[in-house]
Amino acid sequence: MESSETLVSIKNVSFSRGDRKIFDDVSLDVPRGKVTAIMGPSGIGKTTLLRLIGGQIDPDYGEIWFDQVNVPQLKRAQLYQIRKRMSMLFQSGALFTDMTVFDNVAFPLREHTDLPEDLLDTLVLLKLEAVGLRGAANLMPNELSGGMARRAALARAIALDPDLMMYDEPFVGQDPITMGVLVKLISSLNQALGITSVIVSHDVPEVMSIADKVYLLSGGKVIGSGTPDELRANTDERVRQFLDGDADGPVPFQYPAQALDQDLFAKKTSK
Amino acid sequence: MLIDFIASVGRQGIEKFQTIGRATLLLYGALVSKPQPKKMFPLLMKQLYSVGVLSIAIIMVSGLFIGMVLSLQGYIVLVDFGAETSLGQMVALSLLRELGPVVTALLFAGRAGSALTAEIGLMKATEQLSSMEMMAVDPLRRVIAPRFWAGVISMPLLAMMFSAVGIWGGQLVGVDWKGIDYGSFWSVMQASVELGEDIGNSFIKSVVFAITITWIAVFNGYDAVPTSEGISRATTRTVVNASLAVLGLDFVLTALMFGN
Repeated sequence: MESSETLVSIKNVSFSRGDRKIFDDVSLDVPRGKVTAIMGPSGIGKTTLLRLIGGQIDPDYGEIWFDQVNVPQLKRAQLYQIRKRMSMLFQSGALFTDMTVFDNVAFPLREHTDLPEDLLDTLVLLKLEAVGLRGAANLMPNELSGGMARRAALARAIALDPDLMMYDEPFVGQDPITMGVLVKLISSLNQALGITSVIVSHDVPEVMSIADKVYLLSGGKVIGSGTPDELRANTDERVRQFLDGDADGPVPFQYPAQALDQDLFAKKTSK
Repeated sequence: MLIDFIASVGRQGIEKFQTIGRATLLLYGALVSKPQPKKMFPLLMKQLYSVGVLSIAIIMVSGLFIGMVLSLQGYIVLVDFGAETSLGQMVALSLLRELGPVVTALLFAGRAGSALTAEIGLMKATEQLSSMEMMAVDPLRRVIAPRFWAGVISMPLLAMMFSAVGIWGGQLVGVDWKGIDYGSFWSVMQASVELGEDIGNSFIKSVVFAITITWIAVFNGYDAVPTSEGISRATTRTVVNASLAVLGLDFVLTALMFGN
């Protein structure tokens, strides 16, 4: 059965923003209980993909299946039910700035459960312990460093024990130590809690070290996929350019423009 | 040329209507839902504090000075006609019918409206609203609704305080400084102020202004472009639009209430 092994399945999805086509007939599968990475250059809509899975935006065409339901077709109430089973770590952390770290982590529990306060207390402290921030429970978000904020946000994201965890650029702007901590946290959460993880990132070495499966997106299409080892052996030059970090290649260094001499001289000649 | 002009007018017109449509949907999403008093109450209390209680100081001080100025100017004119005993009536009616609701509304737009827009806009820019949505919590109900109700509840009360303090300020100048008879100041006022006509209409005005300002403020925040520039524009738009809307609506309401 495909459905029991695949938690999220994206089928032939196209999405454009204005005139710009962001996804063109993209299909990919997220296996249950594994870490799936979606990589690609900045600005190709990796975050958009997560928002599509979360139902915050709808695709122009195609289907997005989350555990046998098609997300874009859900009614509002059903969508909110489904969202309790998925969670997203935002790039900025997105902690609520008017609450302490403790209240931030308690927020989803208070909203969706009727737990007595002392049980809630225990749960929140355990979640904070898991990310190493039990001692920071009473700090306000603006007192945290960037890495701590992201860990606190991670604790909040796993508060409801979601089936699916989506990480939006978790490693961006972190120092090497924090990066190492996050890599360790993501893989241990995945193994200990059996959470299916989707990581959107362009940090090649970190992602390759924890992902079970990698999709490489470019120009609105999947240009390569497989295990990290399969991807390393891939000879497609677009894949090679991204993994090796070459400045110029199939993905051009120049943003599309008319010829340089036209830009420089056309105005003068037209006068 | 002409075609281009017509097209751009049309485009702007359509954009305006789309904005009004989005604002209406926002209000609908925030207010039309199953009430959850247990969750709503603490949120509402917090917003009543930051929107209402924190505005009390500026409202009281402004009310005091407006009442004092009104009384002084009124005295200077009335004393020439020997009619200074009508000062109480003049001060009370001006404050209740116009200055109380309108000046409170303008101050409220600047003090609380701009703060609401900036706060919601910043929550949007820092993905707090998005992350709330992903946690299956509707930001319209969690963030917008309590702020809206707090504004609608607190502004009419602030306007009443404004008028009350203003009348007291008027007495300070008229009776305590200029020496009008205490008894005639108050009795003329009591004889001329009607409960429905003056106090009631004053209240209706301030409720209408409160809905307008708070709606404009929360919508501009929610609809802001999530960048620093976008938020600053949204904040400005809130103060400008809310102030103009209040002044325009005031004329309409005054015409309806006192026109005949």
